[in-house]
Amino acid sequence: MTAPSPVPVHPRLGARAAYRLQQVLRPNPAYRWLAARIEGQRPARALFTSAERQIKQTAFGCRMCGQCALPVTGYVCPMGCPKELRNGPCGGVGADGSCEVYPDRRCVWVDAYDRAAAAQRTGDLRLLHRPADHRRWGQSSWLNYWQGRDEDLWTSEPGTRT
Amino acid sequence: MDERTGDQDVSLRERLAAGGFAVTAEISPPRGASTQPIAKTAAHLKGWVDAVNVTDNQGSNVRLASWAGSLALLNAGLEPVMQMTCRDRNRIALQSDLLGASALGIRNILVMTGDHPKFGDHPEAKPVFDLDSVQLLWALRTMRDQHVLLSGRKLDPAPDCFLGAVENPFAPPVEFRADRLGKKVAAGAQFVQTQFVFDVPAFARWMAQVRDLGLTENCAILAGVGAARSVKALDYMQSHVPGVEVPDHVFQRLRSVPPGHQANEGIKLAAEIVQQVAEIAGVAGVHLLVAGNEQAVPEILQHAGTPVNDGR
Repeated sequence: MTAPSPVPVHPRLGARAAYRLQQVLRPNPAYRWLAARIEGQRPARALFTSAERQIKQTAFGCRMCGQCALPVTGYVCPMGCPKELRNGPCGGVGADGSCEVYPDRRCVWVDAYDRAAAAQRTGDLRLLHRPADHRRWGQSSWLNYWQGRDEDLWTSEPGTRT
Repeated sequence: MDERTGDQDVSLRERLAAGGFAVTAEISPPRGASTQPIAKTAAHLKGWVDAVNVTDNQGSNVRLASWAGSLALLNAGLEPVMQMTCRDRNRIALQSDLLGASALGIRNILVMTGDHPKFGDHPEAKPVFDLDSVQLLWALRTMRDQHVLLSGRKLDPAPDCFLGAVENPFAPPVEFRADRLGKKVAAGAQFVQTQFVFDVPAFARWMAQVRDLGLTENCAILAGVGAARSVKALDYMQSHVPGVEVPDHVFQRLRSVPPGHQANEGIKLAAEIVQQVAEIAGVAGVHLLVAGNEQAVPEILQHAGTPVNDGR
């Protein structure tokens, strides 16, 4: 099964609120313990994943890739890019900032740059993202995050060559 | 005819390493099962350019494979730059293609995201985009330098390649475009060919940022220069080629001459742009975007009096 085609989505949640949410969601031993408990029980896991889907779909147009890049993309989902580009915009962005595939929508990376710039976080956009793991589609990204599986999604420093 | 490159034994990589002014051009392979048209086109370009790009199903339209076109160029005595997009192949196929290309003697690989299938002759096709251009550069560099695949499995022997990327200095978010190239250079890009430069001052501003980031030390920048044959061709570029903005002064320039002379005016304009970008610090050469109009290459270079290459 394939996920629905990606479409650029402008987040409903403002960047400032999203960065604050990041503080709340940051992994700690309690979350890790909780994540392990939730993952151990299929109904709990399904419920938690569905709740995450509801929240993130509403706030960011999340497609549940299971490996969330939002904390370093100005809280604009790069998986909404029709090319699912996680490392920045393609060369086809319109002069008005529109997506080349959906000209009535704004390029997610133009959006991401503006939001990151407003929060003085443009340095985030220079991080190198590793290729997505497509086995993770449909999984809870929060559980993966709390379990430490997301630590390798991008390089730790901008432009790190490893 | 006064040919530009006397020494065909110098590769693009060597030319750039020696600090010479490089010239590349571009051809699109035929829609058909023959490499003969490529050999014909090659004859126009031989002696004038250091290497020739072979597009990878350009504009998402099916054409003869870029590796086969590249091989045909090699056989015709020209150095190919094999374009590789992320649109049609997943990471398994892309890595396999690099091995194949390297085994066939194709050294220059130009990595790009690729146009969306929506723009081509199979808009109903499944877009792949398993890797993006940064990730593909990174994977290919790792294969070459660390002798391993993305999976970590060992390669024997490792491929030899000279890795290129593309960048559009003019597309939003403009403030991020030099940084975006920085990511590609960090991932492995050794040369870059840009989108059409019509707006030279805007290109110069981007180059200043590129220099400030120190990118010209590890990456050769080739400015993309095109010759429009008519106002109609400019119109098409403006409305059908994603990411291309043609400034009004370019339209005016071509409109100022009768239709019969527009092609010649386009060549003169291209030659002027070649001269202007060659003056910008850090520009290592030009990439002539003349696919389908390869005869224009010698004319542009003669008009421009292409900068003498001291690496030659």
